[in-house]
Amino acid sequence: MKNNAVKSIVAIGIGAALFFVCGRFIAIPCPIPNVTINIQYGVLAFMSAAFGPIVGLLIGLIGHALIDFSWGWGVWWSWVFSSAIFGFVMGCTKKLYGLNDGEFGTKQIVRFNVSQLIGHIIAWGIAAPALDILIYAEPASKVFLQGIVAGVSNIVTTAIVGTILCVAYAAARPKKGSLKEE
Amino acid sequence: MQNLFNYISRKSPIHELTGATKLVCLLLWTFAVMITYDTRILIALPVIAFILFGISKIKLSDVKFMIGFTLVFMVLNNILVFLFSPEHGVGLYGTCHQLLPLWGGKYLTAEQLWYHLNLVLKYLSSIPVILLFVCTTQPSEFAASLNKIGVKYSVAYSVSLALRYIPDIQKEYNDISKAQQARGIEMSRKVSLVKRLKSASTILIPLIIMSMDKIETISNAMELRGFGKNKKRTWYMARPFTKRDILSMVFCALLLALSIWSNVSRGTRFWSPWM
Repeated sequence: MKNNAVKSIVAIGIGAALFFVCGRFIAIPCPIPNVTINIQYGVLAFMSAAFGPIVGLLIGLIGHALIDFSWGWGVWWSWVFSSAIFGFVMGCTKKLYGLNDGEFGTKQIVRFNVSQLIGHIIAWGIAAPALDILIYAEPASKVFLQGIVAGVSNIVTTAIVGTILCVAYAAARPKKGSLKEE
Repeated sequence: MQNLFNYISRKSPIHELTGATKLVCLLLWTFAVMITYDTRILIALPVIAFILFGISKIKLSDVKFMIGFTLVFMVLNNILVFLFSPEHGVGLYGTCHQLLPLWGGKYLTAEQLWYHLNLVLKYLSSIPVILLFVCTTQPSEFAASLNKIGVKYSVAYSVSLALRYIPDIQKEYNDISKAQQARGIEMSRKVSLVKRLKSASTILIPLIIMSMDKIETISNAMELRGFGKNKKRTWYMARPFTKRDILSMVFCALLLALSIWSNVSRGTRFWSPWM
């Protein structure tokens, strides 16, 4: 267990750095001007699936807060918390798709995507707008639209990037039960 | 490597404050700004913030880019709020002074303009302080200060690891991206969105696998050095508080108290000349 604690700390640090680099420097052009696609949520979903809820929560929290700091516009806490919530939800369902067991077939892909769908809906459909209204007193229709746009784009990127990452990572892991005592 | 967090080393009273003080002040200040819509406070805060900016010897030209970026963000946000809910202010302030007819039977109201003024003031009160924090706090001191304000040292260490590995991962990303582009990976506007995402994944896979190896190596190294054995640890970059630190924190705490008091005593977060 002790080993796991140190590993989680490192996973949070490296995960937050990955989240930061993906969110800050990898800009994939998108049809709408000035909007870039956030592939960091694919990475976050993957890291949470590999390391669990607490790691996911803190990667979202630290990574997103660092991105906001580096832009200098101030930390938009409501959205930072939503990233953390998404990481947490993905981590909670970790057992369902056993990423570390080296198997990631159709069944696991479906489970992974259902949980990411639920995670994104909770984060961007409920938590982000609710916190925006609570903290910043912005009009409900505006924050819900923003949340839905962000949510849909994040669901699409997580579905593609997250799934590809999980499949590739699982393929590189030794399969559960591949070694037998004779 | 470019200076990501824009730390600018100068000699000024604000630079001399410890990182923990600046972090506490930043949190108190932003909370004070966040909870109130009292215009009188929101006018005072930017004035103080700009005075502090002057004291810090950070020039506007140093942070030109970030300010420009934030201003665009602010304008866009205001436009969005207005388009979605042109009579939002009426609901918030409970009075209605119609100025001009708009679309769909809605009116441009004085309350709406007042609400937008407050939004802008909120930005103006928080932007300078955040820039000040980012420009005057050394990233490595940041982790130490997190621990000092009560964040568990394991979490503070994660932040410090993240700051340490961002340049490395950025460099690795660039290397992998160039290698993949040489093999014909396309990420520009020429191909479809799904294809772009798939291309991004081909860069991310090696990056993730490398990072997972890195996690293994670093956690083993930390384990060997006995990380996590004790309840407390010391920080190379930590400094003791001075009188000035205490004064700054008290000042920011008073600001927060004022902001809370203004809300509680009047029973509402909002303030307008018509109320």
